[in-house]
Amino acid sequence: MAQKSLFQEFTKGIVKENPVLCLVLGTCPTLAVTTSAFNAIGMGVAATAVLICSNAVISALRKFIPDKVRIPAYITIIAGFVTVVQMLVKAFAPAINDSLGIFLPLIVVNCIILGRAEMFAGKNPVIPSILDGLGMGIGFTAALLCMGIIRELLGSGSLFGIQLLPVQILIFILPPGGFFVFGMLIMLANKLNTKAGKTVKTKPCDGCPMADKCSQSTCANTEKEVATDAD
Amino acid sequence: MENMLHVSSSPHFKCNNSTRRIMLDVIIALIPAAVAACVIFGMRSLMLIGVCVATCVLLEYVSRKIMKRDTTIGDLSAVVTGLLLALNLPVDINPLIAMFGCLVAIVVVKQMFGGIGMNFVNPALAARIVLLVSFPGPMMHWVTAAGAPKAAAIDATTSATPLAADPGVYSYVDLLIGRCGGSIGEVCAAALILGGVYLVIRKVISPIIPCVYLAAAALMSLIVGLDPLYQLLSGGMMLGAIFMATDYTTSPVTKWGKVIFACGCGILTILLRSYSNMPEGVSFSILLMNILVPHIEHLTRPRTLGFVKKAKGAKK
Repeated sequence: MAQKSLFQEFTKGIVKENPVLCLVLGTCPTLAVTTSAFNAIGMGVAATAVLICSNAVISALRKFIPDKVRIPAYITIIAGFVTVVQMLVKAFAPAINDSLGIFLPLIVVNCIILGRAEMFAGKNPVIPSILDGLGMGIGFTAALLCMGIIRELLGSGSLFGIQLLPVQILIFILPPGGFFVFGMLIMLANKLNTKAGKTVKTKPCDGCPMADKCSQSTCANTEKEVATDAD
Repeated sequence: MENMLHVSSSPHFKCNNSTRRIMLDVIIALIPAAVAACVIFGMRSLMLIGVCVATCVLLEYVSRKIMKRDTTIGDLSAVVTGLLLALNLPVDINPLIAMFGCLVAIVVVKQMFGGIGMNFVNPALAARIVLLVSFPGPMMHWVTAAGAPKAAAIDATTSATPLAADPGVYSYVDLLIGRCGGSIGEVCAAALILGGVYLVIRKVISPIIPCVYLAAAALMSLIVGLDPLYQLLSGGMMLGAIFMATDYTTSPVTKWGKVIFACGCGILTILLRSYSNMPEGVSFSILLMNILVPHIEHLTRPRTLGFVKKAKGAKK
C-alpha cells in the first residue's frame, strides 16, 4: 500500500473515506439513532471510543493472532471494549443509554469497527491504527450528527431538544425520511469528493482478470466511484 | 398504380397521439371532479387546485433547468400531477403543506428519477402519502360538505370520511353526488365516473384496470363482510381506480399484467381499509402495486409467435 503520512491516516476517515457516506458501512445505527442530534452524538462518541481502543489492541496483537481465527479474535476484543463503554455510559449518562437502547451493545457488530480491524489495524502498526480509528470515528460522528441535525430540525422542529421551528414534517423522524436524508448526504459527499478532485478511485486494473490482455487505457471500472481501502 | 408502389421507411402509420394530447384528455376528464369540488367545498378548492398546479409546473421547470435537461412543462404532465394532488387534499389544508407535497411529487419522485416516464411510483400518490405521514392532523381534517347529513357532523364543521363514519349515516346517493366528507376530488363519485367514461371513450385508458380494480374490491368486501357498493363509492376508490392506477408509467403494459395489477390493488385496498389503523387504503395499495409492476410485467411477458409450450415432464 502507498505510504501515507500519519496526518493523512487521520484525515482520510473524515471526508475522503467517510465510513458512513463513502464506504456506506454502519448503516443500521446511522438510520436508527439519528432521530435527534443528541442521540447521534452519543452513538458517535461511543463507537469512536470502541473503535480507537479496539484498533490499538488489535494492531498490537496482530502478530500473535493466527490468521484463521482472526475474525472471532477481533470480535472478542471489540466486545470487551463495548462492554466497558456500555457500563460507563450506564453509569455516567443513563439518559443516552435509555435512548440508544439495543444499539449500544450492537456496536459489537458494527461493521465500521470490524471493517477497520480487518482492513487496517490487522496490518498496520499501533500509532497509525489509533489515528485511523480516531479519524474514522470522527467521520462517523460527523455523519451521524449531520443526519441527526437535519432529521431533528425538520422532523420535530427542534435542535438538541430546543424548539426552533413551528412546523414538524413528521416523515423525517420516521424511517422513510431517514433513508431519504441518508441518500441526500451520500449524494452530497460524492459531489464534494468529485469536485475537490478527491474522487476515491479503485486502482482500475487491480483484480481485473483481463488486466494482462487489456490494451485500453481507460475502462468502465475507472470511472466508478467505488470507495475501497487503499490497499 | 405508380403511387401504390411507393416505398418508404417505417413508421408507415402515424396517429396524432402525443403526450400533450393524452394529458389534455386527462385534464378534461378531471374537470367534472374539479367543478364538483368547487360546488361542494366552495371556492377555496379552486385556490388549492391553482396553487398545486402552479407550484408543480414551476418546480418542473426549475428542476429541469437545474439538472440541465430540456424543458418539459409543455407536455402538461406537471399540470396533471398538480391537479391530481390537489384533488387528494382536504379543502382547509394550509397551501404551504400543499406546496411541500408538490415538491415531493415533482422533484423527488418524478425529476430525480429522470422525469416523465421514469418515475417508479405515481408522483401525486407518493406525495399524498408523504403528506399523510408527515402531517396526519391537517391531512385527515375533513370539512363537512354542503348538504351532508347532519348526523355526520360531529361539531358542525368537521366530519369523518364516510369510511370512518357510523354505518347508515350516508346513503348511496350522498356518496354518489358528494354529500360527505373527504378530499376535495374524491367525494363526488359521479363526476369521477363521468371522467373515467370520457377517458375510455377517447381510448386514453383501457377499461381493464378500473373495472378489475372495482370488481376485485367489491368481491373482497363481500368476503370480509363489508357493503361492496358503499366501499366502492366512498373514499378515494373511484379516483384511485380511474385516475391513479391507470397511470401509464406505473401500470403494466400487458393485458394479464393489468388484470393482476388491478386485482392486487383492489384486494389490498379492502384489506387495508378493514384491518389497518388508517381509514383509507387506496393510496397505499396502488403505491405497493406500482413497485411490483416490473415483476408483474416480467411474469406476463407475451410469448413469441410460434412458441410451443414444453410438455410437462419432458426432458430437455
